[in-house]
Amino acid sequence: MKKDIVSFAMGNEAITEGALAAGARFYAGYPITPSSEVAEFSSIRLPKLGGMYIQMEDEIASIAAIIGASASGVKSFTATSGPGFSLMQENLGVAIMGEVPCVIINVMRSGPSTGLATKPAQGDVMQARWGTHGDHGIIALSPSTVQECFDFTVKAFNLSERYRTPVIILTDETVGHMREGYVRRELSPGEILNRKEPTCTPADYKPYNFEAEEDGIAPLAAYGSKYVFRINGSGHDESGDPCARPDNADKFIRHYTEKFIKNRKDIVEVKEFEMDDAEYAIIAYGCSVRGAKAAMKLARENGIKVGLLQLITIWPFADLEVLEICKKVKAVVVPEMNLGQILGEVIKVGQNYTKIAGVNRIDSQIITPYEILAKLEEVAK
Amino acid sequence: MKYMDYLRTELFPLFWCGGCGNGAVLGAIARSFETLGYTKENTVVVTGIGCWGKADDYVKTNAFHGTHGRAIAFATGIKLANPSLNVIALMGDGDGATIGGNHFIHGARRNVDITAVIVNNYNYGMTGGQLSGTTPENSKTTTSRYGHIEGAFDICKLAEAAGAPYVARATTDNPVVMQHLITDGLKKKSFAFIEAIAPCPTHFGRNNGMPDAVSLMNWVKDKSVSAQQAKTMSAESLEDKLITGKLVDKECEDYGTKYQKIVESLRVKEASS
Ligand SMILES: Cc1ncc(C[n+]2csc(CCOP(=O)(O)OP(=O)(O)O)c2C)c(N)n1
Ligand code: SF4
Repeated sequence: MKKDIVSFAMGNEAITEGALAAGARFYAGYPITPSSEVAEFSSIRLPKLGGMYIQMEDEIASIAAIIGASASGVKSFTATSGPGFSLMQENLGVAIMGEVPCVIINVMRSGPSTGLATKPAQGDVMQARWGTHGDHGIIALSPSTVQECFDFTVKAFNLSERYRTPVIILTDETVGHMREGYVRRELSPGEILNRKEPTCTPADYKPYNFEAEEDGIAPLAAYGSKYVFRINGSGHDESGDPCARPDNADKFIRHYTEKFIKNRKDIVEVKEFEMDDAEYAIIAYGCSVRGAKAAMKLARENGIKVGLLQLITIWPFADLEVLEICKKVKAVVVPEMNLGQILGEVIKVGQNYTKIAGVNRIDSQIITPYEILAKLEEVAK
Repeated sequence: MKYMDYLRTELFPLFWCGGCGNGAVLGAIARSFETLGYTKENTVVVTGIGCWGKADDYVKTNAFHGTHGRAIAFATGIKLANPSLNVIALMGDGDGATIGGNHFIHGARRNVDITAVIVNNYNYGMTGGQLSGTTPENSKTTTSRYGHIEGAFDICKLAEAAGAPYVARATTDNPVVMQHLITDGLKKKSFAFIEAIAPCPTHFGRNNGMPDAVSLMNWVKDKSVSAQQAKTMSAESLEDKLITGKLVDKECEDYGTKYQKIVESLRVKEASS
């Protein structure tokens, strides 16, 4: 019998439980508001499961430790907020170029710099996409409820394992600290994905031979297994050996983007609310979804047919889904707690098809349904 | 396995300059692996970035080549996730004692069972001989043309003060001793640190009137005092000296062992409740 536990918890606890349910058994981190509860819950829960918790000296070391642990075959994660996420950027690149699965939770707070340490924001959207140097793709998911904190963290681990990539959970102070009821589902084995392991002879194993695979993802062995291999954050060939040949660099750097494009259908996820008869749409993610849902209701009560597109994956961007909506509605409103980071993406996709307007706050106050409603009424005039 | 079997001899000649001490240190490490009967499968060589950071190119064991200064942090995760592995972190003095200095002192304090080998060549070799945290005061580098005006770290003292249970210093003119010191460090079930003194002839040597390996070796010899000898010398006469040999060797339960005790006690509690 599967045991589903209904509990009343904060988002950061549900994230921790999601990670553990997905099979994560290694946490390394450095405390920072508003993410510290993930560290605290992990430090209590992991030893009971035989897993490892370690508090490192900074966020640079934290992400390094989880990448190392993952190379030893253990699903690993860390949690932080803006200042720590900034420190992680260089080694995030190691996970991208070394193709080592891991999950990074960024409970966003108001920035730049130390900013307003205890207040929410959604200002790290572009940092998640482009924060580490060089061309690459990335996966980022953004929960809006405590239930989604659990569910999306499970998904994050699955995508990370499946595509040998770091996956970022972009949540925020509001969702991280909010308490709601949620179902801590016991996952069936089929719901948990593990990295593809090599089946060849040890002598034939090449940790980066992605071209030999139908899905374009090379199997990943673990240190200590019968396979001996090199993880390399410098330019390398199929074997992981350093390689500076231009054609090799071209092939691999494209691969860090193309593996997400190729598997887009499996990765990108959105949720639609009342889009069937909608004449106007809200496109939202994370905490802003909450106000958007309420605004949609209010607008419909006022006779404006509004639907909502929730971005579950922020990156890769749901361009096809957004395009479809832009082609269908008279106007799109994008509420977010920044000065238009996703708005810009929506404009890129849909500006030739519909009117697009943002509702933006950067004063640490969450966007109210009435602000979104006012914008809907304005564009519907 | 013979020591040469740990090395990718097909890639020789080594990328390092003639007269560079890196090859001698790598040889001592491979010999230590042989002595301890390490396998390629149960060993992970973790490197930083720099001339010495390229050492992993030449090993046949598992390897992890990460970022400049962070080898100890990567090694910490690798080891704690699979305690049966032999994990060794190789860093330059820029890597381990300058940009990565914070990881170094916390590694020594935290006491995860890994072995760290810093090759101290007194400058940033890879990037053209700029000053590092171990560059001696008054010496010339490509970024201290008028003489270096900062003091230098004594990395062994730093490791000792931070709590490292095993600290040793070796010089490349005595590779056999170096190998013994590395072997003992690897054997030690705790954080072990070995500083290998190997001044860079191409930059540090050339910029300080010692362009060849021989004059640099003499410079090191003149500065070297064995740990035993040092005991009989005054603090004053030891200033600017390199004390070589085993400097710290004490018992100190490592992080992984202590952590497993917590895991066990929780299991017992769970079972009895
Ligand atoms: C974050 C970062 N900063 C700077 C560099 C450039 N860099 C590469 S190697 C190196 C210094 C190497 O010196 P050291 O660690 O002493 O090793 P050596 O080359 O002397 O063996 C520097 C500064 C880098 N790779 N990464
Ligand atoms: S530059 Fe210096 S440290 Fe680098 S290989 Fe040459 S001699 Fe060795």
